[in-house]
This record gives sequence, C-alpha cells and structure tokens, in this order.
Amino acid sequence: MVQKLNYLKETPSQTAGPYVHIGLAPGAAGFDIYERELGWDIAGPNAEGERIRVEGLVIDGTGSPIKDVLLEAWQANSKGIYAHPEGGGEVEEGFRGWGRVITDFDTGEWGFDTVKPGKTPGRNGSTQAPHINLWVVARGINLGLNTRIYFEDEAEANAVDPVMNIIEWERRRATLLAKRTEKDGKAVYRFDIQLQGQDETVFFDV
Amino acid sequence: MPDQGEFYQRDRDWHPPAYVKDYKTSVARSPQYSLISLQNSVGEITGPVFGHNDIDPMDRDLIHNYAKAGESAIGERIILHGRVLDENARPVPNTLVEIWQANAGGRYRHKKDTYLAPIDPNFGGCGRTLTDENGYYFFRTVKPGAYPWRNYVNSWRPAHIHVSVFGWGFVQRLISQIYFEGDPLIPLCPIVRSIPNQEAIDSLVAALDMNSTIPLDTIAYKFDIVLRGRRSTLFENRLEGN
Ligand SMILES: [Fe+3]
Repeated sequence: MVQKLNYLKETPSQTAGPYVHIGLAPGAAGFDIYERELGWDIAGPNAEGERIRVEGLVIDGTGSPIKDVLLEAWQANSKGIYAHPEGGGEVEEGFRGWGRVITDFDTGEWGFDTVKPGKTPGRNGSTQAPHINLWVVARGINLGLNTRIYFEDEAEANAVDPVMNIIEWERRRATLLAKRTEKDGKAVYRFDIQLQGQDETVFFDV
Repeated sequence: MPDQGEFYQRDRDWHPPAYVKDYKTSVARSPQYSLISLQNSVGEITGPVFGHNDIDPMDRDLIHNYAKAGESAIGERIILHGRVLDENARPVPNTLVEIWQANAGGRYRHKKDTYLAPIDPNFGGCGRTLTDENGYYFFRTVKPGAYPWRNYVNSWRPAHIHVSVFGWGFVQRLISQIYFEGDPLIPLCPIVRSIPNQEAIDSLVAALDMNSTIPLDTIAYKFDIVLRGRRSTLFENRLEGN
C-alpha cells in the first residue's frame, strides 16, 4: 500500500435540465424576482473597440434547433485583457467580459451584443487570435460543453492561433469561425453550433 | 487565491458521459467526436468576478424572496448549507452559487412546466448567494417535491435542487443537482444514473444535518461542493512567455 493523496473529487455534473431559466434567467421563465439579472451586459458602456453582435442556433443530431439552451460567454476586451485579477491588466469601467443568454423558446435563436475581443497571450509566448470562450448547457447535455468563437475575418491571426492549430482536421477548424454579416449597419457574426454530424462543432476538454 | 498554475485535468470518468442511452434527451444532444484537449491559457484560468453589488442578501431566502409581505412558501422548511472547496480541499471564497428548484408539490414556476401540482403563489424557486471568505454558503428554502417527466412513461425525478457554481477560473464552471438523503427515487433516476460511479452519485446527496437545524423551526441539510483544483507554482508550469 501507499500513502493516500487526499485530494477531493470534483462534484460530478448533472444536466441543467429544461428549467434552467428559473435559476439563471428567471425573466425568461416568466417571472420577475431579482432586481438585477446577471450577464445581460457583457461590455458595458465604456468599452473601446468595435461593437458587434453574435448570433446563432444550437442544432441537435436530428438537425433541429434546440430551444432550451443556456450559453455563457467569457472574453477579453479589445486590448486582449480579461476582467479578472489574473487577466493581464485593467479593463474599462463596467467591462465584465461575461455574458449569459438563452435560446428563444420558439425559434432557438440566441444572440448577444459585445465588443470584438483583442488578441490574447497563449502558452509559451504565443499569441491567440481574437476569440470568445463559450460554455453551453441544456437538458440532455450532461456536462457543459466548452467551445470557442473565432472570427472569420481574422484570417491571418487565425492561421497562427495555437489552439486552431492543434485541431488536426483543417475542415473541422471552420466550425469555430463566426461569419461576418451586416444588419442595420452593425457587424453581426453568425455562429451556429452543431452538436452532432459531419459538421459537429469542435468542443474542448479544457 | 494567489496561485498561478493551471487547473487539474477533469476526471471525465467521474462525470456522466455525453451519451447516455437511458436518458433519452442526451441521445441527439451528445457530441460524438472526441473533445480536443486544451492546456489552460489566460482565458481558462480567469472567469467572471461577482460582488455584493450584483445580488441582494434576500436572494438566498427562497421561503421569502418571492412571498407577499408577511407570508411564506409552503413546504418543509429547510436550510441548505455547506462549503465550496477545490480538489485541494481549500475553500473557494466569494464565488457565486445559484440554485433553482420545484416547489414542495414538485411544480416549477416556469411557462413550460404543465405538471398538475399547483403553483405556490409565495414561491419563486430561485436563489443565489456568494460564499464567504471560508467558502461557506447557505440558503433557506422548502424541500422540493418529486415530479414526473417524460423519459419513460413512469419516470419520476427524485427531490432535487439544481445548483450552479463559478469558482475562480471559467474551466471550474459547473452545474449539478443536489439530492436528499434517504430518497428512494435516487437509484431509479436515469439522470442520476448517467453518472457511472456510485461514489460519485453519493457525493450528490445532501446529508441530514441535525446539528445545524433550528429547533422548532427549520431542518438542515449539508452539501459541500467541490470544484477543480489548481496546481501550485512549485513546478514549472508557466502559461506564457519565457
Ligand atoms: Fe429539475
């Protein structure tokens, strides 16, 4: 026998279930309880950089949009700094870099307004292309899924991004690229998430 | 937490797999390719920071946070309390814990819940709090009822409270469910059984805590939450630069 290491085990995950809105977005569940719901304003009023919108669907293995998903975004500001003591510096007053959205009960569409993040440091002196970290939970998802939103129009940075480059299959890298469009003069990036199939979105074990 | 390292790798044999045949909704919602393993960088070791401006002290009292003045929610009054720790058994202070649950009859206040048990006009079903400097949290609520769901025609969820926790880094983000000691529905539930390890299942069952009850008032259950631990700086594990 050997000595015991005595690490604790992580609390195991369970699905967020169909009523995740009650806890994390009660307004959407149909009632008003908190004075402030969290995660509605990612960038705040003072953030520098380009104002963008990111929209998409989460599509299941039958090709249907899922209508009870909750997504959380975590991103750096336009200078590549996260709003956190270890985030690399100071951010603009009111910039939180974290957002929480749900899919529409009828259409499955989700979307949030933010600013385009800057490049961030990677491991071993590398530089990561601008990206938004995304965490996806829903009924039927047993452990939250982590993925990243990259921007199609950052081709040069994407080409040398260390995370993109560890994805062996080049055609799968495209699943992480949000496509830029314009709506009412505003930059809107489209990012549909496929949970299964040939075009299954790349998910990470982070 | 002044550590500088990355988080321990998640033990994916301890968590439920994405695909669980007997939990039918997971079948079309489970990714089939392998996850791409990623070492932590700045976006993984950081995460949103919350403060007392974000929430109200009343938010942790589900018996009263949606009740009319002078009234309270119906049901068995309970305290749910414990600590948020990491795998190194160190407390996780000042982190946001959010819960949601059905009322004592097993009915959710949600426009998509059509179960015939009645809505309690004095019960909303959600609460949130920050852990204190020792990682301690508590809620006051009512014990939720079991409810039926469409998996098999006769599937019932054991009484449970959903819980969401943040931690220090975004990769610690976790949602789980808290069950109650002695509930005979626990071993029958396909969602519980999505977890392949009995010891892991047991770690989701809150223990009756007679020492923390308020006599003649409220019964207590204790539930500790463990988030991923983090490497210390003893070994070479710098994330950036040379
Ligand atoms: Fe539930």
